[in-house]
Parts: sequence; structure tokens; C-alpha cells
Amino acid sequence: MHIHRFEKVWLALALVFILGLISTIAYGAVGPGIEMIDAEGGTVDPQNLDETEFADPGVEQVGEDEYEVYVVAKQFSFEPGTPANGVIRVPANSEVTFYVTSQDVVHGFEVVGTNLNTMAIPGQVSKMTVEFGDAATYGIVCNEYCGAAHHAMEGRIVVVPESEYEGPGATNATSGNETTTNASVAAAQQVAGSATEVTA
Amino acid sequence: MSTERIEGELGAFRDEYPDAANVVRKLFAVSFAALGIGGLFGLIQALHRTGVFRFIPSKDYYTVLTGHGVLLALVFTIFFLCGIFTWSIVDSLERPLESVTFTKTWVAIMSTGSTMAGVAILAGFVGEIPFQADVLFTFYPPLQAHPIFYIGLALFIIGTWLAGIDWFRTYWNWRGDNPGQSPPLRTFMVLMTMLMWYLSTLGVAVEVVFFLIPWSLGLIQAVDPLLMRTLFWYFGHPVVYFWLMPAYLIWYTILPKLAGGRLFSDPLARIVFVLFLVLSTPVGFHHQYMDPGIPEGFKFLAMSNTMFLLLPSLLTAFTVVASMEYGARRNGGTGYLSWLRNLPWGEPAFAAMALAGLMFAAGGFSGMVNAGMNVNYLVHNTLWVPGHFHLTVGTAVALTFMGVTYWLWPQLTGKRLQHRTLATIQPYLWFVGMTLMSNAMHRGGLAGIPRRTAEPQYENFEFEALFGTIGEIRWQIALGGILLTLSLTLFLIVVVGTWLVDRSAIAVDGDLPPALSGPEEAPRAINNLRLWLVIAVVLVALAYGPPLYTMIQDGLFYPGQPPQPTALEPLWEVLL
Ligand code: HEM
Ligand SMILES: [Cu+2]
Repeated sequence: MHIHRFEKVWLALALVFILGLISTIAYGAVGPGIEMIDAEGGTVDPQNLDETEFADPGVEQVGEDEYEVYVVAKQFSFEPGTPANGVIRVPANSEVTFYVTSQDVVHGFEVVGTNLNTMAIPGQVSKMTVEFGDAATYGIVCNEYCGAAHHAMEGRIVVVPESEYEGPGATNATSGNETTTNASVAAAQQVAGSATEVTA
Repeated sequence: MSTERIEGELGAFRDEYPDAANVVRKLFAVSFAALGIGGLFGLIQALHRTGVFRFIPSKDYYTVLTGHGVLLALVFTIFFLCGIFTWSIVDSLERPLESVTFTKTWVAIMSTGSTMAGVAILAGFVGEIPFQADVLFTFYPPLQAHPIFYIGLALFIIGTWLAGIDWFRTYWNWRGDNPGQSPPLRTFMVLMTMLMWYLSTLGVAVEVVFFLIPWSLGLIQAVDPLLMRTLFWYFGHPVVYFWLMPAYLIWYTILPKLAGGRLFSDPLARIVFVLFLVLSTPVGFHHQYMDPGIPEGFKFLAMSNTMFLLLPSLLTAFTVVASMEYGARRNGGTGYLSWLRNLPWGEPAFAAMALAGLMFAAGGFSGMVNAGMNVNYLVHNTLWVPGHFHLTVGTAVALTFMGVTYWLWPQLTGKRLQHRTLATIQPYLWFVGMTLMSNAMHRGGLAGIPRRTAEPQYENFEFEALFGTIGEIRWQIALGGILLTLSLTLFLIVVVGTWLVDRSAIAVDGDLPPALSGPEEAPRAINNLRLWLVIAVVLVALAYGPPLYTMIQDGLFYPGQPPQPTALEPLWEVLL
């Protein structure tokens, strides 16, 4: 079969290009350590979340600067996350591991302006670890259609200066400190760089 | 006016194969009706979600969006390609339909299925009707639609399977009469596409028939949402190639002629289609990069396959551009790039296809970003994604289909194309509208604006655009949507106008010149359909076997979730 010279060159270039793309991604995984959401979070019975670690979702301190956050997504709020359920509050310069699941339908959990993004699927637990830098406020949106009021499903993560952090207990609705949550979006953008290191 | 004279002079497809032309016209008619309604829904979305103009309650937005997705991504595209494939088979094998009754049967099954699904969706607007299907075109459970939605989908797919049998049967009969000959290029492309389709629709067929239909009837309590998503995306990526391969067929076989030349290499075109068959299916996990419950290794494998799937598209880009250049040079074109001026930009069919190809190149780049699994974190489920696929299916495919209609519709109806000026403006208007809408969607996605959302305006935070401003992004989406809808209207005016006039000399030459390097130069193995199918099946088994096996280890229905909302009372309660 006759293949034109230019076409052979093009074919070679195309193959090099493809292998290049694959190796960049492979590098991203081993170099900066960007890992994918995977099966590590395990499964839960979505019909009996009360009998699991999601029975009383919220923030827990597990090490000096290490925290775990259990989040239940449901029509049409995050618990915690949505102000009525208490926003998520963690101290600055901490390493936070999120465990996210859904108690009803498929939702999304996207921290706006960062690469913290996962599907919340009934029965599955998404586990992601993220480093938070300076104090800032981030928005959370549900980015998967989940029913008639999907567009109202949102929340907030408040990264509080370490000196002002009162401990993980302060996640319920009443103790939200409104002055802190007004931290400007510009600040959130600035630290987006440091919050983008998902190292699950 | 004597039909005989027209026939003798022109040999329009309509006169040579009246039954086939009749069927293709009907398939196109359904397709264009879906395009019109779906496009209108698109306009409503573009105006509503940007806040430019809202006249429906936001909960109905999702009914509109389900309609837009199903009507455009499934009905418009698939009815059209069934028409193109029927024409390709009949015209390239030079055989009439084997059995008009059989052909009409699958058309009727597909139409019935689409109507059932459509009724279920539209009933969502009327609260009093107990039907609804506000589940979007991906219908992820545990959101549940009325059973007629799922049954309609199943019928629709079965209709396409029968269509494939029809085309294969024609080919087999032809082979009996022409032993040892390689199938014509268009036939080869149709058959490869259908093999890919049979393999990939298995996933959605299992999902719908064994799980969702019984579940919506209340026979099964709960389904495993992750397993359902996985079966869906097993099908959901190859369906993209089901839309694209007919467009490729058109670019390979018709576009070079319209450019004044002919295809370079028939064997290379075949290789491209073989690659599509082999690589299209074992990639579905790239739609599930953000899903928990799937080990990273499988995601990486799917990612690598996806990148290799770029190869046939890159090869196509080369061949198509080279064939166009050949045509332009035959028309007196010279220079490195100035030959571009010798292409027939004023011919609507050519202009539509060439602009579609150009936008596809842009869509390819944004697709590479989606495919990079760790970059995907930034754009997953944001507006970036519809920004991407309005360039691919929404333009590369849709505009190519409109373009080929300008060329084929006269041959199918035996009538001269009407409103030529409108037809000439239409592709350019689409191009401008899509440039506005799609660039803005991409940028909105980078700012984190979610897709599939009626009111992406929030209380807890504000979006910040990296490029431009959020306000300007919204306006470009709305304006782009308006121009696209106008363009669509022009297209429909031309089609309906042409259909309604009396017959006359059609002034279209339907003959397609053979490729410069013909099929006899291909290695013999290239036409061995069975070999390619076996390889494709093996790859799919490797990519999907282990993860599916682990997913069902804890039970087919566990971790399971009952429906939301329940479409019907559980059947046994109704019966008791
Ligand atoms: C008049 C032209 C069109 C306009 C104004 C338009 C507008 C839109 C908009 C604004 C969205 C995003 C909705 C959201 O995520 O909230 C959307 C989604 C979509 N569009 Fe279009 N569109 C047009 C044509 C097309 C065409 C020709 C196709 C395919 C052939 C198409 C396929 C889709 C699909 C599959 C979705 C995603 C639906 C979903 O997320 O469930 N659109 N369209
Ligand atoms: Cu949600």
C-alpha cells in the first residue's frame, strides 16, 4: 500500500504527540502527586447511613494540623457545608481529608476555583486530601443535576486563621462566625494554587 | 411536466431508488423536527441560565434540558445517520432495499420508541399528567423516570439494531453476486460503524432492560448507582463515535468532490474506521474520572486508550485537508495557503462541512484537556464540557449533517434547492453563533460555573473569570444562542421550502469519484470484519472485565438505592 511521504511524517508526529500527552499525565501522577479519586474510600449502605461514620457528619481533628471532614450530600444541601447545616470550618495551613457520599441521588461536590471536585454517589465514598494555605472562603456547588432545586444546592468552606480557630466542634449552624466568612473571594483565588494539590 | 424526461436527464437518487429515497426522506423529516424543537429548547436554556430572559419556572428548566439532550443528541443525530447510512448502502452497492417492509418496520420501531420517550419528557411540563422523565439524557439512577421513557429508549435502540441487520443483509447479498470484491468504501464505513454500535449498545441495553425497566415498574427495589453509571458510560463514549463516524463518512467521500477533487487514499480511510471500531469502546471510564469506587489503574488505561483514539482523527484531518487542497489546486489554486481561496466557499454544502471541520479542530483541543485525567478536576461538570461538545457533536456533526442535506435533499426529493441565499448565509451564521457561545462556555467552565444548572448564581460566593468577566461571558452565551437559533431557522426554511416546490431539474451531480489510490491497494486483511470485531471484543473485555467484576462482587444491587422520585407505585401494590 502506498502511503505518501507527508502522511508518514504526519503519522509519526501524531504518535509522538499522543505518547507525549500520556506521559505528561503519568508525570502529573508521580511528580506533583496529583492522584485520582479512586476506590480507597470504600462503600457504605446508602439506606443506613446512620449506622456508618456518616451518622454525624462534620469536621474532626485527627493530628496536629490534620483534619477529616465527613460530608453528606442530599437534596438540596451539603451537611456540613450549606449554612443551614453549618458551614465547613478548618484552620489555615492544615491538611484536610474529605469523605463525601450521598444519601439520595447522584450529586457533585465542587470547590469553586480549585481542583477539588468529585461525584457524590450513593453507596460510594469519595476520599480526597487537600492542603489549605491562608485564610479564605471557598464556595461549594453541586455540579451534577440532582432534582428540581439542584441550582439551590451550595455551601461554603471557611479557612479560618489558625489563631481564631475554635476547634472542629464549631461547625453547627449557630456558631458560624459571619465576619470571617466575608473573607474576600480574591483571597480565595490567591490560595487556590495551594488548595489545588489534591494528594488523596 | 414529464417525470420521464427528468429521470432520463438526471437520474436523481429519487428516481433510481424510489423506495429508499422515500425512507431516507422520512428519517430526515423526523430528524429535522427534533432539530427544530431541540434547538428552541437550547435557546430557552441559553437565555434562562444566563439570567438574560427567564419565562419558565426554574424547575421546568430540567424538563427542557432533558428534551434538548434527548432530541438533539439521540433523535436528531441517529435518525439522520440512519438516513445517510441507508443512502450510502443503496447508492454504493447499487442495490435497492432488500425488503421495503423490513426497512419500514425498523423505522416504525425507532419512531415509536422516540415518541414514547418524548411524551414522557414533555409530560414533565404538565403537573396533572403523572408521567415525567426529568432525568436528563444520561438518566442516572436513582433519579427515576416513568417506565415509558425507558421502554421507549429500549425500542429505539432495538430499531437501530434492526437497521444494522438490514444493511448487513444487503451487503451479504451483494457479496454473493460479487465474490472476491472488496466492499465499496461507504459500505465498509457503515458496516464498521455498526459493529462498533452493536458492541457498545450492549452496555446501555443491559442497564435499561435488566435494571431500569424492572426498577421503574417496581419489580426491583434498588439499583447500584455506580454500576448503572458504568454501564451507561460503556455506551456513552462510543455513542460519540456513532455521531462522528457518519460525519467522517461524509468528509471522506463527499467533501473532496465538493472541493473539486477526490479522496487521496481509500485504504487509509478504511484503516481509520478500523481504529474507531477497535478503540471507541474501552474508553468509557474517562467520563468517570471523578467517580469514587473505580481504581485509578482502570482510569489510567481508559485515558491512554482515549489518547490513542486521537490517532484516527488526526489522520482524518490530514486526508481531508489534503483532498481539499488537491481540489483547490485543480481549480487553479497556488501557493502555500492561497489555494484556500480557490475553494467553493459560496457553496452552502461545502462551506458548512469545511467550517464544521474547522470547529472540530478546536473541539479536539478542548477534548484533550477533558481527557487528561488530572486536568479534568478543573473542568469536570463545569460549563467547559458543553462548550466542548457543542463544537464536536453540536457543530462538527450537526453542521456537517446540515451541509450534506443541501447536497442530498435535492437528490432525495428530485427538487431544486430553494432559498439559496439563506442557505449560503446559514453555515456562517452558525459558525459565528457557536464561536460566541462556545468560547464563553469554555471560559465560564474555567471559572467553575457548573453545567446543567438553571440558575448558576449563588449566595455563598461569586465566580471570578480568569479571562474576561462573568457578565460578558453570560452575554456571549445568550447572543450566541440567539444566532444559532436563527441559523437553524434558515436551515429549516430551506429544507421545507425545497420539499414544497414542484419538481424540476435538480442541478446536483450525485456521482462520487473514486479515490486516487483505490481499495485494491489495501492489504487484504483490512476487509476482514470478523478479525477487527474479535480484537475489539478482547480490548473491551480487558478494559471492562475486571472493574465490572469487582463492582458486582458485593451483589448486583448493592450498594443499592431506591428511586427518587418513585415513578409508579410498586407493581405488586397496584395488583393487590
Ligand atoms: C440552537 C442551538 C443550540 C443552543 C442555543 C444550545 C444551547 C445549549 C446550552 C445553553 C446548554 C447547556 C445547558 C446546561 O448545562 O445547563 C446545552 C446543552 C446541551 N446541548 Fe445544546 N444547544 C444548541 C444546539 C445543540 C446541538 C445541535 C446539539 C447536538 C447535536 C446539542 C447538544 C447538547 C447536549 C447533549 C447538551 C447537554 C445536555 C445535558 O447536560 O443533559 N445542542 N445546549
Ligand atoms: Cu445536588
